[in-house]
Amino acid sequence: MIEVKNLTVSIEDKLVLKDVNLHIKQGETIILFGPNGSGKTSLLKTIIGIPGYRIESGRIFFNNMDITELAMDKRAKLGIGIAFQRPPAVRGVKLRDILRICIEKRGYFNEENLNELANKLNLLNFLERDINLGFSGGEIKRSELLQLLAQDPSFIMLDEPDSGVDLVNINLVGKVINELLEREKMASRRKKAGLIITHAGYILDYVNADRGYVMMNGTISCSGNPRDLLEDIRTEGFEGCVTCPR
Amino acid sequence: MSAVDNRERAKKAQNKLSAIGPDIDLNTYSAQAKEHGKVQKLKELSDEVKEKSISVGIDAEEACRSGSFFQMDHSVLFSSACQSGLEVMSSTEALEKYDWLSDYWWKAVKVDTDKYTAAAELHQNHGYFLRALPGAKVEFPLQACLYMTREGLAQKVHNIIIAEEGSELHIITGCTTAPAVRTGLHIGISEFYIKKNAHVTFTMIHNWAENVEVRPRTGAIIEENGVFLSNYVCMKPVKTLQMYPTAYCVGENATVRFNTILSAVEGSHMDVGSRVFLSAKGSRAELAARAITRGGDIVTRGHLIGEVPGIKAHLECRGLILSEKGSIHAIPELEGKVNNIDMSHEAAVGKIAEEEIQYLMARGLNNEEATSAIIRGFLDVEIKGLPEHLKREIKKAVETGEREERLM
Ligand SMILES: Nc1ncnc2c1ncn2[C@@H]1O[C@H](COP(=O)(O)OP(=O)(O)OP(=O)(O)O)[C@@H](O)[C@H]1O
Ligand SMILES: [Mg+2]
Repeated sequence: MIEVKNLTVSIEDKLVLKDVNLHIKQGETIILFGPNGSGKTSLLKTIIGIPGYRIESGRIFFNNMDITELAMDKRAKLGIGIAFQRPPAVRGVKLRDILRICIEKRGYFNEENLNELANKLNLLNFLERDINLGFSGGEIKRSELLQLLAQDPSFIMLDEPDSGVDLVNINLVGKVINELLEREKMASRRKKAGLIITHAGYILDYVNADRGYVMMNGTISCSGNPRDLLEDIRTEGFEGCVTCPR
Repeated sequence: MSAVDNRERAKKAQNKLSAIGPDIDLNTYSAQAKEHGKVQKLKELSDEVKEKSISVGIDAEEACRSGSFFQMDHSVLFSSACQSGLEVMSSTEALEKYDWLSDYWWKAVKVDTDKYTAAAELHQNHGYFLRALPGAKVEFPLQACLYMTREGLAQKVHNIIIAEEGSELHIITGCTTAPAVRTGLHIGISEFYIKKNAHVTFTMIHNWAENVEVRPRTGAIIEENGVFLSNYVCMKPVKTLQMYPTAYCVGENATVRFNTILSAVEGSHMDVGSRVFLSAKGSRAELAARAITRGGDIVTRGHLIGEVPGIKAHLECRGLILSEKGSIHAIPELEGKVNNIDMSHEAAVGKIAEEEIQYLMARGLNNEEATSAIIRGFLDVEIKGLPEHLKREIKKAVETGEREERLM
């Protein structure tokens, strides 16, 4: 579904991604680990197409279509969705407004449907609030997922969806992510693919991901079973990844 | 002060410059206008007039209105109240009818404030008188329209609004020009008297032309437990607009809110503020302004004066600069004269954050949609205590104004 080839990216003259290669097929969900500042968020933002992430070389393909030069909103329309690690607050625009727009863009809008989605994430009382304004850390994570539910993209990128989420809500978040990624379906029936960034790996208790990767210093340095990788990082830190034979 | 005194003081102030705003040579405007005939119903007005009036919230069908006043140039075409306990007439007529009205004439605004108040005293062309009798409560708003049809005309009106004890009054005032008019001067004196336990909301929508100059002069005196909620919207071109409405909280627990929404295109100069004297225990004031420029210059002012302990007031001003040209100058002032008061302000001026546009684009909105969603949200001031249909009028004026300016 998504293929990143030899991607090198800089921001303001600083190289943040170096020759990254990644291929995620329909039905798959992969986990991305890596130390702070290693370039994980940069990879996601480059895939969604945020201006300022300058592509020095390499290409990005979505369903075999080259989207390297495509504008962000066009990528969203094709079915790429993202839950940001630290989204901005948008003063004056209500959560309900953006959800309505997302649903309308898919076709028929109905208010009940919107409320139902909000209820699923325990955010009914947040609909009339300005997006993310004054939201707590955990509320932001749920609001991001809610927007993805409204958008219903086919390739879903989640930047630390489990950071700062309490033990009760992680349950909810885990369930919604599985639903978004159609994890309850057989792999061959799934129309979705996912890329999830996590540090602590709480989300692994809910999402049975297919593979894991570790990003080090702008490059993907190793891959493997996500639980094994997490265990290695726990015991040996990221040093092991530098020399990892995998 | 007697009528003679007022005239004397006005004469002395004839050349007195306004404390702020560019000076206007009053002689370049014509004082004369032909008389327009009265109408029995607002429906009889021409389609052109009706259409322009709709843009400033005036409904010629008079549906959902408790009364109407319509002045074209110097002629009062229509005035009527359709609910008991309400009085609607021209202020000149009211002055003849009620001896006591002189007690209210130039009491909330000083006659010798500047040359504009002086001109309104010396060459007044009507204006409206609205009064709610004690305990009267209107469900629907009163509407008042001031309309200018003659090119180059100076219209000088003096409005008096009295909400007697325990009454409740909602007013919408629309001021505009005929589509062909480019040049003119509008001077509008408005004096509000909000008695004990009375509640007044006042919504004013302006839709002028690119060469019209506007000098409203407004004062409001609010007694014990009185509430004055004022909303002002100007989304259309104007040559110069300068006003600094002032409210005086003289009774305990008097409450004032001013909401101001401005949008200026290139060539428009707007200098709009609001000022509140908190002079009685427990008085409250909230001032909120939203200004956007697409090339015009806006000065947005706010001034809170805390004169006694136990008052609370907040001032908020936000400005968005949407083009290379244009400027927004926010001037918030807080003046505390005693201790034990609570006054604060916040002001922010800038362009739309790129990050916010990108965020919405990541959800599938294009640049244009994302920008306009943010601007719409920016202009959508939370207005508490206003009847639904007036909220709708404000929303309509803001959104059509916004859309038209964007497409220009
Ligand atoms: N706009 C920017 N200007 C300058 N440097 C930036 C900018 N954005 C990111 N960087 C730098 O790029 C590097 C990678 O950042 P990125 O956000 O991708 O890291 P990350 O792996 O997501 O880290 P974390 O785990 O802390 O979220 C960091 O060193 C960061 O400081
Ligand atoms: Mg990150």
